[in-house]
Amino acid sequence: MMGEQTLNQARMLVEHIESGDEQSAQDALEELSKLRETDLYRELGKLTRELHDTLNNFKLDSRITDLAAQDIPDAKERLNYVITMTEQAANKTLNAVEESLPVSEQLQGRSEELGAQWERFRRREMSADEFRELSRELDGFFANVGQSAASLHGNLSDVLMAQDFQDLTGQIIRRVISLVQDVEQSLVDLVRLSGRADGLHTSAAAVGAAAAAGGAAVAAAAAVAVEEAPDVEAQGPHVPGVDEGENVIQGQDEVDDLLSSLGF
Amino acid sequence: MKILIVDDFSTMRRIIKNLLRDLGYNNTAEADDGKTALPVLQTGDFDFLVTDWNMPGMTGIELLKAVRADAKLASLPVLMVTAESKRDQIVEAAQAGVNGYIVKPFTAATLKEKIDKIFERIATA
Repeated sequence: MMGEQTLNQARMLVEHIESGDEQSAQDALEELSKLRETDLYRELGKLTRELHDTLNNFKLDSRITDLAAQDIPDAKERLNYVITMTEQAANKTLNAVEESLPVSEQLQGRSEELGAQWERFRRREMSADEFRELSRELDGFFANVGQSAASLHGNLSDVLMAQDFQDLTGQIIRRVISLVQDVEQSLVDLVRLSGRADGLHTSAAAVGAAAAAGGAAVAAAAAVAVEEAPDVEAQGPHVPGVDEGENVIQGQDEVDDLLSSLGF
Repeated sequence: MKILIVDDFSTMRRIIKNLLRDLGYNNTAEADDGKTALPVLQTGDFDFLVTDWNMPGMTGIELLKAVRADAKLASLPVLMVTAESKRDQIVEAAQAGVNGYIVKPFTAATLKEKIDKIFERIATA
């Protein structure tokens, strides 16, 4: 269409030159360059608008900057805290086990010794003096069994309580997973955006399809995330160095103070 | 004394169940979020509820509000055991009618102290 118009004007120009009509030739030449300029300006305008839209979109999507500046470093802190908590739990458990093993070994050894002597007594192989000695040792052993059982119970309780790391780190890791999903979503948006702006050079359809597929995956992942943690109010465990500020309570004593100030 | 323990992490439910058994409370049942806990509470004759806050489906604070809104359950003692430690959240739980609030990580002694306190208050009320 445009080519036909240009061709017609070129033919007119040749005709005017051949017929020696200088004025008309000049006019035709101007018409031709105007046509070319119009195309150029239209294309330039389009590019400028695309550039403007793209820059605006980048500005609007400050989520990406937030992610890079704030959330990713926070996530690193949170995961470091997970390592600390799991290490503490493992050490607490190992300490309790290391304290308990000698106690149980001692109980076993002593009960075997006394059992053997008791056997001798039952076989009437023991003198009266020896029996007096044995009954004194048995008194001591019974007291010791009570103490050992209490100490084993204490250590087992420590092992029990140490397992709370699974709940607390689980909540922290869930938050990091939801952050990773945010990053994925932002990247998909970015791909979509560049697909639109870069349409002249890239196959926009292919990028669009990839973005759509990515989007579907993110939507599915987001649906799972919603199922797992729909409550926006819930913040998860307090992570030192990340969740600080006026609103954060540091430990049970502060909870008790706050509740008593509320009339509890 | 029949106690329902609600937490989405089974490890935490087991910890609380064992601590309660240590304190002499042997009759416990478990649920993994508010949505499954509510019908259990409505059909069973529970005397005490221990619940987490941050759970899928229905959170602990929603469960607490649902319990207080249910004529049959309204006076059920509720102890919250949660990692949620924002001032606003504790105030919200108090306003919703929680009887005790323990922040995780907690100790066996804290659990005993809070449960004793709740029963003391009920006895004198």
